[in-house]
Amino acid sequence: MNGDVSKMSCAEFQDQMAELIGSGEDPNAHPHLKECADCRALLADLKTIAEAARQLFPSVEPPDEVWEHIESAIKRGD
Amino acid sequence: MSDVPTPTQSPQRSRANGSGGATAGKPTTTQLPNAADAEVLAQAQAGDHHAFAQLYALHKRRIYSLCLRMVGNVAEAEDLTQEAFLQLHRKIATFRGDSAFSTWLHRLAINVVLMQLRKKGLSLISLDEAMEPNPEEGPSRSFGAPDLTLTGTIDRLVLERAIADLPAGYRLIFILHDVEGFEHNEIATMLDCSIGNSKSQLHKARLKLRDALRAQNRQEARP
Repeated sequence: MNGDVSKMSCAEFQDQMAELIGSGEDPNAHPHLKECADCRALLADLKTIAEAARQLFPSVEPPDEVWEHIESAIKRGD
Repeated sequence: MSDVPTPTQSPQRSRANGSGGATAGKPTTTQLPNAADAEVLAQAQAGDHHAFAQLYALHKRRIYSLCLRMVGNVAEAEDLTQEAFLQLHRKIATFRGDSAFSTWLHRLAINVVLMQLRKKGLSLISLDEAMEPNPEEGPSRSFGAPDLTLTGTIDRLVLERAIADLPAGYRLIFILHDVEGFEHNEIATMLDCSIGNSKSQLHKARLKLRDALRAQNRQEARP
């Protein structure tokens, strides 16, 4: 599956992937990827998923009632 | 009803690694608190209700969003947010500043969420268990043939469902890192695990999401 030029197996490369994505470095510059189309595809997928997830969930404010309940509970001594 | 100002204003500070959601002004968690924040915290620890209201205003959005992302239900997320801040009120005097206050508060909220998940029947008792999903829940290690790789556009609903279906431990790490924008060292502190473990769990979560999305692609590709 992987070429020998990088002297790294796919499993070894995958172990580093969590570090590579989001590290600020360009993961595509890794020597293993020059030889391994499967790992290139995997990396592209994981980057796509991470980017899609960042846009998925809007950050939202809780309604005012939540604070009112908290305040009431504090006053009751809960 | 209230004798303190309603805590409706969130701080307008940005997070260096701010990647979460659509909010521009998230409270930072990686920097030491400024003098004013530290003063508010100290006052709240001394029992000042006004200061506690300010802390709530500072952190409510992130805690509520985390709860909502973990349980996917508005009413439940409101209850969990309420419980997290009530626990904060009870325990705030024990905060010693060993980690950032926001990290400490997130850890507290995460425990509240995990307790709720346990009550709902998930076999989660502690953060340790949440971090160690069953082996059969882990991602496959298979590679995809080129025709099965993702195309760069992911259906929002499919991704949402795939995240909701993740084992709670994977979901937690994925949300904290990829959605909330926390760094691995912060997550390790929140979950009392190693940085390496946080990275490993995140990678497995992403692989599992990929498995789910590819399965969906395969299903749609069938004639």
